[in-house]
Amino acid sequence: MAVLLIAEVTNGELQVDATAKALTAAAQLGDVTVLCAGASASSAAEAASKLTGVSKVLVAEDASLGHRLAEPTAALIAGMASDYSHIVAPATTDAKNVMPRVAALLDVMVLSDVTGIVDADTFERPIYAGNAIQTVKSSDATKVMTIRTSTFDAAGEGGSAPVETVSAADNPGLSEWVEDKVAESDRPELTSAGIVVSGGRGLGSEEDFALIEKLADKLGAAVGASRAAVDSGYAPNDWQVGQTGKVVAPELYIAVGISGAIQHLAGMKDSKVIVAINKDEEAPIFQVADYGLVADLFTAVPELTEKL
Amino acid sequence: MKVLVPVKRVIDYNVKVRVKADGSGVDLANVKMSMNPFDEIAVEEAIRLKEKGAAEEVVAVSIGTSKNQETLRTALAMGADRAILIEAADDVHTDIEPLAVAKLLKAVVDEEKPQMVLAGKQAIDNDMNATGQMLAALLGWSQATFASEVNIDGDAAVVTREVDGGLQTIKVQLPAIVTVDLRLNEPRYASLPNIMKAKKKPLDTKTAADLGVDVAPRLEIVKTSEPEARKAGEMVGSVDELVSKLKEAGAV
Ligand SMILES: Cc1cc2nc3c(=O)[nH]c(=O)nc-3n(C[C@H](O)[C@H](O)[C@H](O)COP(=O)(O)OP(=O)(O)OC[C@H]3O[C@@H](n4cnc5c(N)ncnc54)[C@H](O)[C@@H]3O)c2cc1C
Ligand SMILES: Nc1ncnc2c1ncn2[C@@H]1O[C@H](COP(=O)(O)O)[C@@H](O)[C@H]1O
Repeated sequence: MAVLLIAEVTNGELQVDATAKALTAAAQLGDVTVLCAGASASSAAEAASKLTGVSKVLVAEDASLGHRLAEPTAALIAGMASDYSHIVAPATTDAKNVMPRVAALLDVMVLSDVTGIVDADTFERPIYAGNAIQTVKSSDATKVMTIRTSTFDAAGEGGSAPVETVSAADNPGLSEWVEDKVAESDRPELTSAGIVVSGGRGLGSEEDFALIEKLADKLGAAVGASRAAVDSGYAPNDWQVGQTGKVVAPELYIAVGISGAIQHLAGMKDSKVIVAINKDEEAPIFQVADYGLVADLFTAVPELTEKL
Repeated sequence: MKVLVPVKRVIDYNVKVRVKADGSGVDLANVKMSMNPFDEIAVEEAIRLKEKGAAEEVVAVSIGTSKNQETLRTALAMGADRAILIEAADDVHTDIEPLAVAKLLKAVVDEEKPQMVLAGKQAIDNDMNATGQMLAALLGWSQATFASEVNIDGDAAVVTREVDGGLQTIKVQLPAIVTVDLRLNEPRYASLPNIMKAKKKPLDTKTAADLGVDVAPRLEIVKTSEPEARKAGEMVGSVDELVSKLKEAGAV
C-alpha cells in the first residue's frame, strides 16, 4: 500500500522529531512517500530524505504554502490523494487544522490522534480525555489520519530517498497570514523533551512561575503548564499540557502545584516517571505519581533545584 | 451578519467516565450531560459580537437526539436568538461523526446563509477536533481554527490562533468558519430571567432525513476499552529522599 506522510515543516525547516515519529506509524501501513510543503521546503525535503524508511520525498514550494494556511495546503494534499491508500501526519496544530479539511474534500472521515495501528483499516485512538480507548475500523477508500507522536518512537536516519518537485494547487485566496508570535527559547521542545517540569495554579503568579523555569533549566528540561496556569497568564498558551493542549510522554515529568484534573492527566499520564509536588495530600495527581511529595512548593522547589 | 453556533451535548467535563464492561462503549445512562465547554465559549463570542453590533442574529444548532433541546435552551438562555435541533439518532449513545455533522451543518448553512459559523475546536467526548474544518471544506469557505481572539474587519475577520509554537494571526474572508479555543473568553452564566425568556424563544426541529443527509458512520466501533492504569507509586518525606529516589531510578 502507498502512504503519503505530510511532513511537519515550520518556516522552511523540517520538524524532525514529529515527522520521524509519524513515519514510524506510517511505515507500518505501507510504502511511504513524504510531502514537504512550504514557501521554502527544499532543505526540509533534504532532511526528510535521510529518514529511514522513506521511499520518496515530494517537495511543493509556493508562497501560498508559507504559513500552512489550511485552504491551499488542503487543496494540494487532496489533489494528490488518489495515488495513496493512507494520508498521515503527526498530530500537531498545523495538521489538525489541515487534515480534517483534506478528509472532507475527499468525502472521508478523519482519524484524529491515532495511538495504535491494528491493521490497514483498524486503528486505536483515545476518547474522553484518554479515559477510554476506541478501536475503529474505517470503511473509507482513503484513510486520512493524524498520529499522536508521544506513542511512537522516532524513525532513525540513514536513508537517501530521491526528492521530486510537485506544484502547488491553485490558491483560493480566502485567507492571508498576518503575523506569528513565537517565543524563542533555548529549552528543548515540549513534545520531544526527555524531562518536562510543569507548573500549575499553585505557583500563584507569573513572577513565581520562574521557580519552575529555574528547575527546568537545571535539568535541561522543557517547561509545561496546566490550563489554570496558562489562563492566569503565568505561562504562554503553547506550554499547556493536557486533553486540549500538548500530549507529552517524557522519561521524567515533574508536576508542581497542579491538582491533577483528568484534562491535565490526559496530556502526561504516559510519562515514564511522574513526580508530584503539592501541598494537598488529597490532590488526585498523587494517584498517578511514582513519587509524591506533600510540601509547600515555595520551599520544596528551590531546595530541589539546588540539590539536583 | 448572522452567526451560526453548533453546540454539542456531551458528558459533563467533571464526570468520571466509565467504560462498559462488555467493551461496547462508555456508559451515558443517568450521567450529567452539558453543553460542550468549547461551544459555550463559541456561544459567548457570538453574543459578544451581537452586543458589539457586529452581528444581528445568533442561531444555535445541535445535532443528536431530542434531549439536545436542553442544550439549545442553555444557548438561548445565554443569549442566542433562536435554535435548530436536528434529530439524527434515537439513542444518546449514538455519536454522529464529524463528517456527517458537517454535512448537516452545511445543509443548515445553505438555508440560513450566515456570514460566520462559530464552532468549538473540539468535542470533549470524541476528541476529534474536526467538524469546523470539515464544514469549511464542504462549503469552500475560509477557516480560522483554535481562535483566542476574533475581530471583524469589514468583510473579513482577523483571528489570532493558538498554535504549537505560540500564536498566529490570520485574516480570513467572510463567510468563514471559526473554531474557538479556551482563552477566547469566559462564558457567562444564564440569569434566571433569561432562562425563563429562553423557554419562549423559537426552537425548530428537523431530522437528518429532512435535510437529505446520510449520517451512516464511516468508522465502525470495534470495541471501547479502558486505558492501562498506572500503578500507584510511593510518597516521599523530604526533598532529599526525592532526590535519592530519582537518582536510584536513573531518572536524573
Ligand atoms: C474543555 C476543557 C479543557 C481543558 N483542558 C485542559 C488541558 O488541556 N490541560 C489542563 O491542565 N487543564 C485543562 N482543563 C482544566 C482542568 O479541568 C483543571 O481546571 C486544570 O487542570 C487545573 O489546573 P491546576 O491543577 O493548575 O489548578 P488547581 O486545580 O487549582 O490546582 C492547584 C494545585 O496547587 C496546589 N497548591 C497551591 N499552592 C501550593 C503551594 N504553595 N505548594 C504546593 N502546592 C500548592 C493545590 O493544592 C492544588 O492541588 C480543561 C478544562 C476544560 C473544561
Ligand atoms: N452533534 C453535534 N451537534 C452540534 N455541534 C456539533 C456536533 N458535533 C460537533 N459539533 C461542533 O463541532 C465542534 C468540534 O467537534 P468535533 O469535531 O467532534 O471535535 C464542536 O465543538 C461543536 O461546535
